Amino acid sequence: MLRVVAPGVLCTVQDLGRSGYQRFGVPVGGAMDRVACAIANRLVGNLPTAACVEITGGGAVFEVVEPCVVAVTGADLGATLNGQPLPMWLSVYLTAGRRVAFEGRRSGARAYLALAGGVDAPLVLGSRSTYLPGGFGGLGGRGLQMDDVLRPVPGQAPRDLIRLAGCAWPVAVDYALLIRILPFHDPSDLRSADLTAHPWRVGASSNRIGLRLEGPPIQTSQSREVISFGVFPGVIQLPPDGQPILLMADAQPTGGYPVVAVVIQADLHRAAQALPGDELRFAWTTIAEATQAWRELQRLLALPVEEDDGTALAAASRG
Amino acid sequence: MTGWRILPMGEAAVLAECMLDDVAAANAQALALACALQLGFDILPAIRSVLVRFDPLLWTVDEVAAHIRQQIDQLVPTAQADGQTVVVPVRYGGEHGPDLDDAAQSLGLSAEALVMQHTAQAWRVLMIGFAPGFPYIGPLPASLTLSRRATPRPTVPAGSVAIAAGFTGIYPARLPGGWHLIGRTDLTLFDPMRQLPTLLQAGDRVQFVAV
Repeated sequence: MLRVVAPGVLCTVQDLGRSGYQRFGVPVGGAMDRVACAIANRLVGNLPTAACVEITGGGAVFEVVEPCVVAVTGADLGATLNGQPLPMWLSVYLTAGRRVAFEGRRSGARAYLALAGGVDAPLVLGSRSTYLPGGFGGLGGRGLQMDDVLRPVPGQAPRDLIRLAGCAWPVAVDYALLIRILPFHDPSDLRSADLTAHPWRVGASSNRIGLRLEGPPIQTSQSREVISFGVFPGVIQLPPDGQPILLMADAQPTGGYPVVAVVIQADLHRAAQALPGDELRFAWTTIAEATQAWRELQRLLALPVEEDDGTALAAASRG
Repeated sequence: MTGWRILPMGEAAVLAECMLDDVAAANAQALALACALQLGFDILPAIRSVLVRFDPLLWTVDEVAAHIRQQIDQLVPTAQADGQTVVVPVRYGGEHGPDLDDAAQSLGLSAEALVMQHTAQAWRVLMIGFAPGFPYIGPLPASLTLSRRATPRPTVPAGSVAIAAGFTGIYPARLPGGWHLIGRTDLTLFDPMRQLPTLLQAGDRVQFVAV
């Protein structure tokens, strides 16, 4: 059990989201980086559907109220345990009174903190994910605040915590901001080749809904209103100003802007690790390569966790 | 299979669009296709299209496209059952519908005539989209078709009844919005705590009533 001492830039409770509710206008939502979220859950022995804390940017501080096992994955936000570096991609046993802090961003954007037993929150439309624009899910539909308490789901807290500690993730996750895309053929004759010609800067108004990409405007031969159709995280829309929008977890399930390309599902977690000011690049790929990349990612996520050589216990006793 | 365009949308989704000019007919076809597609896909019907998402390790784009084509060929044009008819009481104009007079003027109508046309018949819910529980209702006749406002409002009150682009809609919550606000209703359109979270579903009919 953890108490929020400081929420930093933004902390929300997220799981894998609300697939199947898009016909009600509800976004899929859930963790932006589903790979890091899944691995964090694996490391602490949770089901894949368990909720984690998504920590965006630096400044978040948690205090351990009752002994628990946690794992931190995703972005390197300078995680510390009582001031000493807290190893990432590793399950760690924490005793009461310890403090886990995220000092500041070293690389990436979003870290995931999994708690053995899963972070408890009411299920709303089948998920514990926080949907900020709609004000539902997670803890009261909002970001975490000081003194919020993160408890494991009742009945799910493992009895033998120590046994869970010391599990390490065996391979590094590739977070290069080189994002592979597939073309979407729309008759509005967009010169989508422009997408790969130069890097795109992530704009200041980017958020969990989408990344607003800034660069030389993409020319469209005509501007026409499209009748709204289904979209999903990874779809790249082109509004009339020629500045693409890469839809992310909280994107509305339908959109009326022309679509120029779609990020392959295996690379979406990389885009989730970009913050405003970062630059990302696109590269065209094929459906065959995209499917192979997805297969490799699923194989990676199914790898067995490794028994750690004692780093976890050393870190915990040092803290 | 004519009048459909089937496009892969990445490696894990296919979009089937009905190209009929008649939006009401295209919508009926899209909803019928959404019902006909088999379980195991994640299916999202929209105004004139169906988005099918799938696991690319179980299906290929070509297999899913072929399955969609097969279902389209078997569609019975009148297969779509009507949903329920929902009466929506609306306070038109004034503070509840600040754009009523301007919208009427742009359409060359009096405010009363616009309200009369808006309440003259039950319209079809074509899709829920844009925001949780937001219904796209219509299609409206040319006499009620206006393009969106040049400048969207940063916030629109919950329950606002609006028209734009040949549709009428209801804002389920306080949201940014670019449609013309002609009235407001007290009905709750979206409640995430309900098993069925939206008041309206695609295929329902809506009868607006002035109160």
